[in-house]
Amino acid sequence: MRHATMLRIGPVGFRIGSDWRAPIVALDDLYRDYPQPQDSIPDFTVRLFAARPWRRWIRPAVHLGGDFVIPEAAPLPLAQGVLAAEMAMNLQMALGQRRYLLLHASAVEKDGRALLMTGESGAGKSTLAALLMARGWRLMGDEFALLDPATGMLHGFPRLISLKNEAIGVMEAALPDARWGPLLKGTPKGDIRHLVPDTRAIAAMDAPAKPALILFPAFGHQVAERAVEPSECFVRLTQASTNYVARGEAGFDALTGLVRGVPARAIDYPDTDGAIALVERLWGELA
Amino acid sequence: MGGTGVSGVLVARALRDPASVLALDAAGWTALLCAARAETLIGTLAHRVEGLAIPAAAARVLADARAAAEQGRMAALWEAEMARRALAPSGMPVVLLKGTAFVASGLAAGQGRQIGDLDILVPRERIDEAEALLLSAGWEWVKPDPYDDAYYRRWMHELPPLIHRERDRMIDVHHTILPLTARVTPDAAALIASAVALGNGLSVLPPEGMVVHAAAHLFADGDLQGGLRNLWDIHCLRAEFGGVQFDLALAACAAQHGLTRAVERSLRLSAHLFGEGAALTLADRVYVRRLLARDGWGPRTRKLTEIAFYLRGHGLRMPPLMLAKHLWAKWRSGYRPAG
Repeated sequence: MRHATMLRIGPVGFRIGSDWRAPIVALDDLYRDYPQPQDSIPDFTVRLFAARPWRRWIRPAVHLGGDFVIPEAAPLPLAQGVLAAEMAMNLQMALGQRRYLLLHASAVEKDGRALLMTGESGAGKSTLAALLMARGWRLMGDEFALLDPATGMLHGFPRLISLKNEAIGVMEAALPDARWGPLLKGTPKGDIRHLVPDTRAIAAMDAPAKPALILFPAFGHQVAERAVEPSECFVRLTQASTNYVARGEAGFDALTGLVRGVPARAIDYPDTDGAIALVERLWGELA
Repeated sequence: MGGTGVSGVLVARALRDPASVLALDAAGWTALLCAARAETLIGTLAHRVEGLAIPAAAARVLADARAAAEQGRMAALWEAEMARRALAPSGMPVVLLKGTAFVASGLAAGQGRQIGDLDILVPRERIDEAEALLLSAGWEWVKPDPYDDAYYRRWMHELPPLIHRERDRMIDVHHTILPLTARVTPDAAALIASAVALGNGLSVLPPEGMVVHAAAHLFADGDLQGGLRNLWDIHCLRAEFGGVQFDLALAACAAQHGLTRAVERSLRLSAHLFGEGAALTLADRVYVRRLLARDGWGPRTRKLTEIAFYLRGHGLRMPPLMLAKHLWAKWRSGYRPAG
C-alpha cells in the first residue's frame, strides 16, 4: 500500500495501509503516544482502499479491507478516513479476535479492579467511561473489553474514544485540555469525534485488572437500579460478545466464571451527573 | 513494511519447508501471516511451524489459529452429525466431502484446515427428498434471487445453498462433483458406490476419489479461488496414501470420471509447490503465476490473469451462448469478479 503505519492498542497490534496519505497522517498524530506492535509483527492488517484506481482522486470513497471483512460494509468519504480506520480495526476485533473473549463493553479501572459497562448502542457506555476517566479512573476502553479465559482477568483496549452527537459537547466541557480528532459531521451515526485517552490510560494499557462490577446502563426518566441475576447477566453478555460462539467451551467457561464471581446491576439515568453519582455509589458499596 | 512482492510464494515455501520461516524478518512474518490468512491456510501454517523458534508475536497469532482450527473441526463434525440425523430416516447414503471428510477420517489434510460450509454428496434421484428433510430440520434457503435459484436447480451440481436457522451454518448438498453444464461428466453414482463407511452412518470418498474431487474443483470448475489450499489438500493426500498402488487407483479413478488431465495437472502443481518438484508445462506456469499472485497486504495481484481465469472458469462450466446470457444477467445484477 502507498501509505502505512503500525500501532498497538492494549495487547493487539495493527498494521494500517491506505491508498491516501491523509488518514495515515491523522492516525499517526492521534496515536502518537501508542506503542508499536510486539516484535513489529501486527495481529491484524487493515486496508483503506479505492475500489477503482481513479477513485483515489475523483469522488474518493474509502473502502474498508483487511484480514477480516464483511461484504456489505459501505465506503466512507475521504474526510472520514480516521473513522474508516477505526471501523476497520473494530471489524478485525469483532470478526477475528480469538485469544480473548471479546465483550462489547467499556471498562475503567481503579485499584487494580475493573468496572465493566455494557448495553445497546447509544446507552452511553463510551460517554460514561470517558467521564469516569475525567474523574480519575483509568480508562481501559470504550468499545471492547478483553476477558482472558485462562486467567479471568480483563485486558484493556483503549482505542480512541468514539463520541457521538451530544456526548461530544459533554466531553469537550469535561476535558477542556484533551486532544481530539476532527469533528466528523453527517456520518451514518450522526456527528462523531474521537477523543484521545489520557496519558495514564495509554501508559498503563498493558496492565490487566480483575473484574469487580458489571453495569448495564440505560437512559431513563429517573435514577434507578436493580440487581441483575447471574443467569440474566450471562445471557446479556453472550449477546454482547462477538466471539462467544467461536470460542466454544472456553468462552462458556470464561463467561460463567465472570457472572458467578462478579455482581451486576442495571442502572437507569436521566443525565450524566446522576449516572456518575450512581456508578460511584455502587462502586463504593462493593466490599 | 510487507512489500508488494508475491506473498503467495512465502506461503507455499513455508508449507513446503517450515524451517524456512526461521529466516524471516518482521516484515516477512507480517506478509506471510497476512497472505496465509487470505488463502485460508493460516491454520495449516500454524501446524506446520509448531515448535519452531519463531518470534513471540507470530507464535501468538499462530497459536490462536490452531485453536480456531480445532474449534472449527469440532463444529464441522457436529454439523455433519446434524445432517446425518436429519437425513437418517431416508436411509440414503450421505458422503462427506472436502474439509469435513478430511477431519472426519483424521487425515493429515485436515490438520489446521479451515472448514466453512458442510459439503455432502447424495444420490441425484434422491436430492428432492434430501432437501425436504433438511428443510424440515431447520435449514433454510439462502439465495433470495430467483435467477440464481433457478440456475442452481437447472444447471448446478448442488442444491442452492441452505443455511441452518439456529446454528447459522451452511450446507451444500451435491449430487455430483461438477456442474451439469461442464463438458466433463463424472460418474456420480460410481463415486457414491466407492464411498468408505466411517461407521457412524456417514461415509467419505476413498483417497483417490478425494484427489479426483479436489482436482475437478480446482481445474474444471472454479476460477482458482482457494486453489493453493486445494493443492495443499492434494499434496497431503498423496503424502499420506502415496505409492504405486495408490497412483494406479488414482489414474483409474481419474480416467473413469474423465478427469485425467485435471488430475495430472493438479499432481504436477502440488508437487511443484509443496513436494519434490515436477516438470511444468507452459500452461502450468500460468496456473502457478495465478495461484501465487497475492501481495503482502492480502489482495490478489495481476488483475489480467485473474479476469482471464474468471472467464476460463466459466468457459469450462458452460457452453458459449449460455455463458454470454449468464454473464449478462450477472453483470446487470451488479456482480464483478472478486478483487
